[in-house]
Amino acid sequence: MPRKTMVEAIRDAMDVCMKRDDNVVVFGEDVGYFGGVFRCTQGLQQKYGSNRVFDTPINESGIVGAAVGMAAYGLRPCVEIQFADYMYPAYDQIVSEAARLRYRSNGQFIAPIVVRMPTGGGIFGGQTHSQSPEALFTHVSGLKTVVPSNPYDAKGLLISAIEDNDPVIFLEPKRLYNGPFDGHHERPVTPWARHALGEVPDGHYTVPLGKAAIRREGSAVTVLAYGTMVYVAEAAAEETSIDAEIIDLRTLLPYDLDTIVASVKKTGRCVVVHEATLTSGYGAELSALVQENCFYNLEAPVMRVTGWDTPYPHAQEWDYFPGPARVGRALKAVMEA
Amino acid sequence: MSESKALSFHVPAPAVRPGGTPDFSDVKISSAGEVERPPVDVAPEKIREHAFKIIRVLDRNSQAVGPWAGLLSDAELLEGLRHMMTLRAFDARMQMAQRQGKTSFYMQHMGEEAVSCAFRKALEKGDMNFPTYRQAGLLIADGYPMLDMMNQIYSNELDPMKGRQLPVMYSSREHGFFSISGNLATQYIQAVGWAMASAIKGDSRIAAGWIGDGSTAESDFHAALVFASTYKAPVVLNIVNNQWAISTFQGIARGGSGTFAARGLGFGIPALRVDGNDYPAVHAVAKWAVERARRNLGPTLVEYVTYRVGAHSTSDDPSAYRPKTESDGWPLGDPVLRLKNHLILRGVWSEERHKQAEAEIMSEVIAVQKEAETHGTLHTGPHPSARDMFEGVFEEMPPHLRRQRQQGGV
Repeated sequence: MPRKTMVEAIRDAMDVCMKRDDNVVVFGEDVGYFGGVFRCTQGLQQKYGSNRVFDTPINESGIVGAAVGMAAYGLRPCVEIQFADYMYPAYDQIVSEAARLRYRSNGQFIAPIVVRMPTGGGIFGGQTHSQSPEALFTHVSGLKTVVPSNPYDAKGLLISAIEDNDPVIFLEPKRLYNGPFDGHHERPVTPWARHALGEVPDGHYTVPLGKAAIRREGSAVTVLAYGTMVYVAEAAAEETSIDAEIIDLRTLLPYDLDTIVASVKKTGRCVVVHEATLTSGYGAELSALVQENCFYNLEAPVMRVTGWDTPYPHAQEWDYFPGPARVGRALKAVMEA
Repeated sequence: MSESKALSFHVPAPAVRPGGTPDFSDVKISSAGEVERPPVDVAPEKIREHAFKIIRVLDRNSQAVGPWAGLLSDAELLEGLRHMMTLRAFDARMQMAQRQGKTSFYMQHMGEEAVSCAFRKALEKGDMNFPTYRQAGLLIADGYPMLDMMNQIYSNELDPMKGRQLPVMYSSREHGFFSISGNLATQYIQAVGWAMASAIKGDSRIAAGWIGDGSTAESDFHAALVFASTYKAPVVLNIVNNQWAISTFQGIARGGSGTFAARGLGFGIPALRVDGNDYPAVHAVAKWAVERARRNLGPTLVEYVTYRVGAHSTSDDPSAYRPKTESDGWPLGDPVLRLKNHLILRGVWSEERHKQAEAEIMSEVIAVQKEAETHGTLHTGPHPSARDMFEGVFEEMPPHLRRQRQQGGV
C-alpha cells in the first residue's frame, strides 16, 4: 500500500473528488499556481485548469462568501483559509450564511462547501499561526467540524466532507502534516512513512463523518482527544504505564456519543485533552456529555488537559502546549482520585 | 517647530433635522435625456462621468426622452405600473396587519417600487437575484404568488419557510430570488460567487447583487467588488441609495466619495447612476448592465438614486431623525405617479382607469390576505409544527438533534 504524508493524502482526496465530480472546485490564497503554502493543492491547477483550481484575493470573507454563492448555483467548493487563525473575517459568512442556508430557506438553497484550514500549535507559530478555534464552530448549529489525525483518515474524511451536502469545517493539524507528533519536541520527528496510518489507498474511499476511532484499547481510563493530542495521549499512556483507552474523535460535530459512553462506562474514568484554551472550549462539552451520560459509572471527576486561557505565546511554546508530561500527570491524578 | 493647530474631528450630518425645512439643493440632478448611452462594451474609464450623473428618461412633462428611452412597449409599461401599484397595496395591507398584531414585523418599499419591479423585467428566467429585504418587487414582477408572501409574513401553516424566518425574509429558487438573510451585505459577495460559478460552467445565466446605501460600508461590499473585478464575473451589482440607513443619513456611509457609484471606479468596474424613481430609466440601465454580463463583458455597478419614503420598518419612527415632510420635497418625485402621468400622456391610461385599477388591485390584495389568514397568523390559527424547528439544520438529523427533539416533546 502506498505511504503518504498528510499533505499528500489531503491533496489526493481533492484530486479524487475533482476527477469524479466536475462541480468540485478548489480555491483560496496561493492555492492555484503555487499549490498552497503547505503544498496541499500542488499540481491540481495544472491537472484541472484554472477554471477549477485558482488563486483568490486576500479576503477570507470573500473566499467563503463566493463559495456559498457557488454552492447556491450547484457547485461543490472546497476552499482553503491559509491558517485557522485567519478565519475570523469569514466568520459571518460561515455562521450567518453557510451554516443556516438550508434551514432558513427550508432546503431551497444548500451550502455543500468544505472550508479547509490548517490548525493547531507546536510549531513556534506564535499567536496567529497556532490557534485551535474548533469550539467556535462546534457551537454553531448547521456546521460539521472535522479534525483528522493521520493521512488515512485525512483522505477518507476529506472525501466524505466534500461529498457531504452540509457545510464542513475541516481543520488540519499542521503539526501532523509531515509526521505524527507526540509532544516530545526534543526528539526528531518520525515521518508518516514509518507509521501504519501513513498507508493511504489509491482512489476513492471514505471515512464516515460522526464516527470516532479507538486508537489504543485500555481498561483504566478513557482519553478523549483529536488531532495532535492523540499522539501526545499515546505517549503519556506509555510513559505512565496507565492502561488508557484513547479515542480519536475525528468528527467533533456530529460527535460519536455511543463510542464515548461505551468506553467511559467500561473504564469509569475520563480525561479530555485538546490544544485549544480551556474555558468554554470543546472539552467542556465533552466533559458535560460524559457527566450526563456516565454519572453512575464515574469513579473520579472528569479532568481536562488543555492549552491555558491565554493567547498562544511564542517563546513559551512548550510551557503552553499540553505535552505528554502534563497529560501523564492528569492520567495519574484521575487514577488516584 | 512647525506650526500646528489642534486637530478637529469630522462627523458628517444631514442638512436638516426634525423641525427643519426639507432641503435637497445639494442633490445634483441631471436633466432627463442628458446622459449618453454608451455601447455595452465600453471601456470603464471612458464613462467615469456616468458615476456622477443621473440617467433619467421621464422629464418634468412626463415625456420619455433621450438615448435611454423607448425600450418598452405600452403593454410593458402598463404591466410595470400594475406591479408597482400591487407592491404598494401589498405594503399598505401588510403594514396594517402588523399594526393589528397579525405579525411581528414588516418593511415597506414606499417610494422605491420602480427599482425592483423594473429590474426584474430586464432579467431572463434562470438568472438569480441576491436581494436585500427591500426588493419584494422582484417577486411581484415575476409572478410569485402574493399568497406565499403573506403566508411567510404570517408564519402560518403554509409558510414556505416553515415559520423559521422573520417576516419579509422570502426565498424562491424558482423565481430567481435567493434566500434573504438578516445579516447585511453578505449576499453581495454570494452573488459574485454565483456569477463565477455560471462562468466556470460555461452557462449563460447571470446574477444580480443588491445592497442599500448604508450597507456599502460593510466589508462584504468591498469583497464583492474585488472578486467581481478580479474574475470579471457576470454580475450586476446594484446599490439602492434611498438616502437613509435607519436613522443614519447616506453621508455617513458615503463619506468623502462623490457618489456610491464612484466606488466602482477604483475597481475598474463600469459604474452608472440612475433615477430610481423613473421606471423606464431603471429598466433601460438594468438591461444595459445585464447585457454586459450576458456578453461576458464583466460586472457593472449601478446606483439607484431614490428616497425611502416610509419608516425603515414597523419598529422605526422616522420623525425622530428627519423632517416629517421630507419625502414631499424629494426632487425625483414618486415612481408610481411619474409612470402613471407618462402613460396618460401616451394616451393609454387615464385618471379614471388609474383609480379603478387602484381599487381592483386593493381588493385583489385583500382577497389574498383573507385567504392567507384562513391558514393562520402569527398568534392565531394553524401554525408550523414544533417538529419543523428541528428539521433542515442538516440534510439528515444527527443524533444530538434527535435527542433534543425528543426532550422537547415533539
